[in-house]
Amino acid sequence: MGNEDAVFYSRVLTELTLSFHIIYATIGVGVPLMIMIAQWIGIKKNDEHYILLARRWARGFVITVAVGVVTGTALGLQLSLLWPNFMELAGNVIALPLFMETFAFFFEAIFLGIYLYTWDRFENQKKHMLLLIPVAAGASFSAVFITIVNAFMNAPQGFDLVDGQIININPLIAMFNPAMPTKVAHVVVTAYMTSAFILAAIAAFRLLKGSNHIYHKKALYLTMKLGLIFSIATAVIGDFSGKYLAEYQPEKLAAAEWHLETEEGAPLYLFGVLKDGKVKYAIKIPFALSILAHSNLHAEVTGLNQFPADEIPPLYIHYLFDIMVSIGMWMTVLSAVYVFGKWKGWAFVKANWYRGFIVAGGPLTVIAMEAGWWFAEVGRQPWILRGIMRTSEAATTSGQVNLMLVLFAGLYLILGIGSIVVLTRMFRRNPVEKELEDRHAEIGGDLV
Amino acid sequence: MTHELIGISVLWLFLFGYVVVASIDFGAGVFNAYSLLTGRKHILTNIIQRYLSPVWEVTNVFLVFFFVGMVGFFPKTAFYYGTILLVPASIAIILIAIRGSYYAFETYGSRGHKGYTFMYGLSGLFIPASLSIVLTISEGGFVSIVDNQPVLDYWALFTSPLTWSIVVLSLAAVLYISAVFLTWYANKAQDQKATDLLRKYALIWAAPLMISAAGIIVELREHNAEHYARMLNMWWLFGLSFVLFLGTVWLIWRRQKYGLAFGLLAGQFTLAFFAYGISHYPYLLYPYLTLYDSFTNEAMAVALIIAFIAGLCLLIPSLWLLLRLFLFDKDYVRGKS
Repeated sequence: MGNEDAVFYSRVLTELTLSFHIIYATIGVGVPLMIMIAQWIGIKKNDEHYILLARRWARGFVITVAVGVVTGTALGLQLSLLWPNFMELAGNVIALPLFMETFAFFFEAIFLGIYLYTWDRFENQKKHMLLLIPVAAGASFSAVFITIVNAFMNAPQGFDLVDGQIININPLIAMFNPAMPTKVAHVVVTAYMTSAFILAAIAAFRLLKGSNHIYHKKALYLTMKLGLIFSIATAVIGDFSGKYLAEYQPEKLAAAEWHLETEEGAPLYLFGVLKDGKVKYAIKIPFALSILAHSNLHAEVTGLNQFPADEIPPLYIHYLFDIMVSIGMWMTVLSAVYVFGKWKGWAFVKANWYRGFIVAGGPLTVIAMEAGWWFAEVGRQPWILRGIMRTSEAATTSGQVNLMLVLFAGLYLILGIGSIVVLTRMFRRNPVEKELEDRHAEIGGDLV
Repeated sequence: MTHELIGISVLWLFLFGYVVVASIDFGAGVFNAYSLLTGRKHILTNIIQRYLSPVWEVTNVFLVFFFVGMVGFFPKTAFYYGTILLVPASIAIILIAIRGSYYAFETYGSRGHKGYTFMYGLSGLFIPASLSIVLTISEGGFVSIVDNQPVLDYWALFTSPLTWSIVVLSLAAVLYISAVFLTWYANKAQDQKATDLLRKYALIWAAPLMISAAGIIVELREHNAEHYARMLNMWWLFGLSFVLFLGTVWLIWRRQKYGLAFGLLAGQFTLAFFAYGISHYPYLLYPYLTLYDSFTNEAMAVALIIAFIAGLCLLIPSLWLLLRLFLFDKDYVRGKS
């Protein structure tokens, strides 16, 4: 296998691992917060339904965490196995957040074990809930630290490169790079958003399937409210991200928006196709790109023609950007109408067709999240470290990457199917109605 | 102490942590599968599951910590080991992934698939074998530099007696450590049957452990004379380790003080592991890579050490809490809560 093949297969394998891992990782970041909120409400309102909600989410969460942990381990090692030249260079500059991420992960792992096995060991449920704080904090902080590493790849700084040697390294400046605030905020908030909508989809699914239990209704209302809050936050941070791109990575923004020529008062294209260097069938919103990029109707936005041809990312990232933004907007509207409708007592938000939309919302937000990551990562091509190291210089020289790709693809297939089968079985065999009855029989209905 | 030494000591400590906790985990899987085969599954399963469930995830983190820290403190290892280990490390990851996730699937989800228990046990043998290859490679002689890129000679690796001695040692150590620990744990749980069975396993695996350890020293004399000479200089550490080993076996044989027996075992492996590590100094990959030429820059080293100390301040109390709740809590160990 030649070097070009090794680069290609390394990219495919990394993409596959990441795409698979982030589904479980996102749930891993968001769900502990949801569990914490549910348990807190349960204790405060003295409502056993919320406590049970926390309990059942936690049980399902273990399965997703297990897959998240093992694929995360795979990813961590693959960084060195597939991109040894990159890790050698980056290790000198960005090892600090990578190292801190493992501490956060360690912390989370310890307290998750304790939380899961001490449900009935504390007299006081509040004490038990306190255990969730390190779990949720550990989960969110590992997302923060690992995203800092990724932000560094987009905006490397904190060192000087002189004749191929890196000198004057400052780990803190490398961590607090310009891409970091928007990236970290966007990743964490969308993880909360995605988790909320996945849990909402589950509740809506049970209701759609004919259960009329108040438990599912409470779950749905709670998660839709949380989803609304986080999707609004996502939109706001998304706007900041656009401004970041205009300032520091204009070629990514230009490729995402098919902004071919530099111009003032630039329009924004939604959807459409690119043919012979012209954008067709697109919805054109005048001045919107200037506003997105610089908050100014007439600001000048750098176009693709300003960059050398071999430094431009693939133009298909436009579609990924569109998918991400459209789904994000759609979910904001869907949850806003639901929450407002509940408040106003509108009947249609309880209708089956509306609940169907909510069910679809779960997988949709996952798609948006995947599209967002592909957009962010492919939009950085051809660089692995923007402006410093090309992806093609970073890959391994080993000849067996294609074989490993097959092996890992098999692994993810097994893990994906396994987790879905286990999760559905777990909850089908033990529906809420039955579990509530069991709990009542066990402790005489005195849960809190 | 220089920063290089602090760095490698920290990493070696965490690798040691991984070796101990992972051995308990892997060995438990093997014993569990074996007891299924011999129709004694009911004796061991409860004990094993009660210990492993709250800690299996923590076990994994020790490994992650080690390889992330390695790249952090010694970035050049990413280039050398990253390039040559693609196949063995990938296989180990896949096995660890299947093992970890299926443990969770079985324990928290559905229960009781025979074929799975079997695979779970087998993977407990394959993972230590594939990971211990790294130790063999680090002794040198299997890697050559072609066009400025390291290349691994698989044929030489798989036909070397050193490789197989190290594999046998890792397997024997896994089963021995696991059996001694679980004997103690089962005894605390007042589970007489499980204690007796595990005690037997501990005694059975004591001999292969010593034979393979002695074998490696002989192999090394041929393979890496420099390392062998350094090991001889530290004969007294290995000797002390052997005395502790005798202590463990004696206590187990006499059915006395299993807790102390495990303590002696910990001492034995600490001494041997660190004596081996120190004698490896200063090479990370003989003869290409030493501690010094692969070490990260000064600023990063200081930052990592500070982060490490801060992290430990969080980690040690949390680990202590975990142990107190699941290892030293009588009611939990006996399955009463």
